[in-house]
Amino acid sequence: MLSNQEVAEELLGKFGDQVYDFDEPYGLLTLSTTREDIIPVLEFLKDHKVFQINFLTDLTGIHYPDSPGKEFMVVYHAHSFIHNFRIRIKVSIAEADIHIPTATGLYACANWMERETFDFFGILFDGHPNLIRILNIEEMDYFPMRREYPLEDATREDKIDALFGR
Amino acid sequence: MADIELLPHNVPSQSELPELVEELTTLNLGPTHPATHGIFQNILKMDGEKIISGEQTIGYIHRAFEKIAERRPFYQITTLTDRMNYCSSPINNFGWHMTVEKLLQIEVPKRAQYIRVIMMELARISDHLICNSILGVDTGAFSGFLYVMQKREDIYEIYEEVCGARLTTNMGRIGGMERDLSSTAIRKIRDFIKTFPPVLQEFEKLMSRNRIFMDRTINVGPISLERALSYGFTGPNLRAAGLDYDVRVMNPYSSYEDFDFSIPVGQSGDTFDRYNVRIEEMWQSLKIVEQALNNLPEGPYYADAPEYYLPPKKEVYNNMEALIYHFKIVMGEIDAPQGEVYHAVEGGNGELGFYLISDGGRAPYRLHFRRPSFIYYQAFPEMCKGSTLSDAILTMSSLNVIAGELDA
Repeated sequence: MLSNQEVAEELLGKFGDQVYDFDEPYGLLTLSTTREDIIPVLEFLKDHKVFQINFLTDLTGIHYPDSPGKEFMVVYHAHSFIHNFRIRIKVSIAEADIHIPTATGLYACANWMERETFDFFGILFDGHPNLIRILNIEEMDYFPMRREYPLEDATREDKIDALFGR
Repeated sequence: MADIELLPHNVPSQSELPELVEELTTLNLGPTHPATHGIFQNILKMDGEKIISGEQTIGYIHRAFEKIAERRPFYQITTLTDRMNYCSSPINNFGWHMTVEKLLQIEVPKRAQYIRVIMMELARISDHLICNSILGVDTGAFSGFLYVMQKREDIYEIYEEVCGARLTTNMGRIGGMERDLSSTAIRKIRDFIKTFPPVLQEFEKLMSRNRIFMDRTINVGPISLERALSYGFTGPNLRAAGLDYDVRVMNPYSSYEDFDFSIPVGQSGDTFDRYNVRIEEMWQSLKIVEQALNNLPEGPYYADAPEYYLPPKKEVYNNMEALIYHFKIVMGEIDAPQGEVYHAVEGGNGELGFYLISDGGRAPYRLHFRRPSFIYYQAFPEMCKGSTLSDAILTMSSLNVIAGELDA
């Protein structure tokens, strides 16, 4: 059984201060890294002789409009079947430079997950073989999961946030 | 009689014929093709009967669940999860409840956990039953499908008895179950445990060693373990490729560690292996249901979490506190704590994950569903490359891609 401590130390030894914000909410090792280092980190974990964290469980995006310079976040969940160990890696990117390298070179399944993230958040995955919309229609000119895109009909005045939902 | 004027012959001689050119055909399979069981479009490049390449279009029933979830109180999101894998909606419901319970750190009583296990395993049986019998229909064996439909109906009747609905069940509540198992429900489950084995045996007799079925499915749509892992396969499809990964065993939830069952594994990851893994999983699920029912613990069926669990109706009318909580819950006025949770359950098709970020509001800040169908369906063109169209239909059928889960 692999401990969070062990993996965190190994990553710190290899990437130094390029990996930071270590946390373990509900026991799941969570860390942040930079856009430049995300692919090396994933590759390092995948090819590591002991860890073998070689399964990309999930990839998704989050929008934080209130944190300037870090408006978007891409979250990777990876899993090692050998040790039954899960890890969550986050990368923050700015809206002004909304690019991140693709993980399709490491995992075939990243293809559609990245397309979905692009479709909903407009995050551009550099080097992706086919970065087009996947669930929404191609003619769509906005990214629906961004916070500024309202769910309710914007012309309605009777549905106010104080009473409904958030 | 007038002379019949014959039209001049204008047939070119053999030498004048243009030379035959071989060209690829583009075949538009779907979006609403009866053989694909759901709304999927595949644009296939065909060389005669062989598939050269395929391009998928998905999203025909995309309903923006993740966006809607950002405006809903937690308990209202359950109805969204119903509509993902609608062949086994109780698993989705409980997966969601368990995610929220993890966030709120609510310990659910054993009895509720066992009831959940019973319902989830029944759901798994109905899911696999549909997948395998439809696979039979696609190979031309319609009778197996007709035999087992009655048993799926029995499962739906159990759902009805437990929660009142059949397909989109909205079963259970955050913190437990909405009501205890009634004596009718227990009787129906016992009946099912008794009457299901002969039906499944009959189905197996009809299909498993059937020469035609074997010829149609062995080595059809195979995928190597390495590719399956790279494509993010989970569930029966991954196990058919040879890896015994099952969330129920690896990260036990809802007391799965209490039960004795095994994980069937295939070898070649072809359609026949997927079929066999599903058949064996039904036997194992039945075993779990039996164990859970026989060892059903006494005690409450919901946790003591008044801020999140709707109080019993009788108390709402007679007890001030219960009335207040009832009002607050129904109006969605209770804030959830801040936190970040990933919780996975073994869905009908594989690891169904819920990634929930709560910023302390009434609704999730962000909710992402890890839908197994969405992730592994992208392997389909690779799996059917070089096979015939009829084999591609079988491959798709045995992958059990559910449109609702695919598009969310």
